[in-house]
Amino acid sequence: MAATLFQKVWDAHAVRVLPSGQTQLFVGLHLVHEVTSPQAFDMLRQHGWKVAFPDRTFATADHIVPTKSQQRPFLDLMAEEMMGALERNCRGAGIRLWAPDNDNQGIVHVIGPELGLTQPGMTIACGDSHTSTHGALGAIAFGIGTSQVRDVLASQCLALDPLKVRRVEVSGRLSPGVFAKDVILTIIRRLGVHGGGGFAYEYGGSTLDAMTMDERMTICNMSIEGGARIGYVNPDDRTFEYLRGRPFAPKDGDAFEHAVAWWRQMASDANARYDDHVKFDAASIEPTVTWGINPGQSVAVTEPIDAEPDDEALAFMGFKPGSRVQGTKIDVAFIGSCTNGRLSDLEEAARIVKGHHVAPHVKALIVPGSRAVSRAAEARGLHEIFIAAGFEWRGAGCSMCLGMNPDKLEGRQVSASSSNRNFKGRQGSPTGRTLLMSPAMVAAAAIAGEVVDVREMLEGVPA
Amino acid sequence: MSPASPQPLAISHLAGRGLPLRGHDIDTDRIMPARFLVAVSFEGLEQHLFEDDRKGDPDHVFNDPRFNGAAILVVNTNFGCGSSREHAPQGLVRAGYRAIVGESFSEIFQGNSAMLGMPCFVASHDDVERLQALVAGSPEVVMTADVASGAITAGTLKIAASLPPALRDGFLSGQWNPTAMLLDRFDEVRAVAARLPYVSGF
Repeated sequence: MAATLFQKVWDAHAVRVLPSGQTQLFVGLHLVHEVTSPQAFDMLRQHGWKVAFPDRTFATADHIVPTKSQQRPFLDLMAEEMMGALERNCRGAGIRLWAPDNDNQGIVHVIGPELGLTQPGMTIACGDSHTSTHGALGAIAFGIGTSQVRDVLASQCLALDPLKVRRVEVSGRLSPGVFAKDVILTIIRRLGVHGGGGFAYEYGGSTLDAMTMDERMTICNMSIEGGARIGYVNPDDRTFEYLRGRPFAPKDGDAFEHAVAWWRQMASDANARYDDHVKFDAASIEPTVTWGINPGQSVAVTEPIDAEPDDEALAFMGFKPGSRVQGTKIDVAFIGSCTNGRLSDLEEAARIVKGHHVAPHVKALIVPGSRAVSRAAEARGLHEIFIAAGFEWRGAGCSMCLGMNPDKLEGRQVSASSSNRNFKGRQGSPTGRTLLMSPAMVAAAAIAGEVVDVREMLEGVPA
Repeated sequence: MSPASPQPLAISHLAGRGLPLRGHDIDTDRIMPARFLVAVSFEGLEQHLFEDDRKGDPDHVFNDPRFNGAAILVVNTNFGCGSSREHAPQGLVRAGYRAIVGESFSEIFQGNSAMLGMPCFVASHDDVERLQALVAGSPEVVMTADVASGAITAGTLKIAASLPPALRDGFLSGQWNPTAMLLDRFDEVRAVAARLPYVSGF
């Protein structure tokens, strides 16, 4: 019978139906970081449980890692204590950890695909809501809380209810200056920040088919911002070629060919039935910016804000109904995060930046999503373009996506940010204001000192 | 019982005074700002619930002493959206909240709360508004929540609410913390792992 990838992966990993009626689901890959795991390891010790599958568990440090200097001990003593706890817990359990001094360190959702740990047909869990990112490779990947991290450590399983599947189809070509970030912001705007409740999102259509893996990751990453804890793209030749040769991917040769055959088989069947189906036209999508305090509150950069006058988000952000985000003066420009901290994001930003300089009043940061991204960017000379333009070139980590490390907004600062959440206080200042947009749009805003339409800066820039 | 190490315990009936927290899409960054996640335990999180919202707004309902000691939160749509941080429901449980009634919840938040024995009941928009109005006007009224039927009462007001069936049954049977169940038949877990081609290296 025809089935979706979600159903096939679910069935392949279902251990049994629990007395509660939930399904006991085997987790193929468990990713661990420093923030949501120390309490889980403590709970394990309290109960005398051991880590069941340490070889299916991998750890790194990202949220608390300072990006200016990653030298140990960290200046923030509590951050150092968290780092130490992660090191002790991983060592004690036999879990592989990539600490900040390791070449493989980076944001957990950047390094999973990069190392070939993330593969099609897997179930993947991590104590972080942006785990949906890994769905870009055709995995069923979702964020969990710390008690569930404990469950996965102890049993490599979770107790879950199945989800419905909504096919989100995007067709046609994106216009110059329009990126994956604009696509996902547009999807969230239309379907709503809670629209994905109860659903896994299957993204497809000719626009998705034409996207690079980095772009698909940006789309899947923000599924949770639309209320869907899972988002995925069916694996295709592009997925397989992306994985070929990566350190944890099946070895090239027979193993890889066997894997490709299984991966193909796990993709949704052509006549699979969906619980819902929505369509988007890529050509109608424009460079998009958020104006409010949730990621669904966005507009095309040229468009007036369509909020009710009494909307609390308008007052918090300091916008008037009917005004435009375009022309808003910014204080900070941040390019990075698990949404847009990959090599292609930095390449797009560098194209805009080259030959320009950051506006004098703007503090501008480039934070590669991983040390590997950082090395690849440096090999291409991107860091020199950014530094010459007045950007700070930082070490890998979550940085200013969230206020858990020294990179924070101050006071009412306005930030043009390539990250994923514009919640009140998200970037570390309770009154700070975040405008979400693509890395190219952030780069353009950094140079202009205000939000601009990146398409105006693209004129004359070689593709 | 410490919230950090919940023991199987049937939860069928909850009672306590209510707190009306109005607003849609209240995210977990607002419930528990990220800087309080720089810690290796959940201890003391109850002191930081809505800390930035409370500082920014003296009239915030969490600053209102009439609601001190409340045990049931009444919220609107998409409560607990955003980050999967369990620190948010941990803070609420440690502050003495035993249940939440709302128009809708983020799935991750609802699941995390269930793991701590705190049911998140879903009710209609009109019923939630009536409940919020009643509790706002009469903070001393004791609310009750019945897990099996989903009935919520506040004084003479009685509304119908619901829980996802598996969570409801988990609360009633005391199996809302599933670790022991997941470890129960571990040979079956090994069998599934052995069947997966990527586990055996293709």
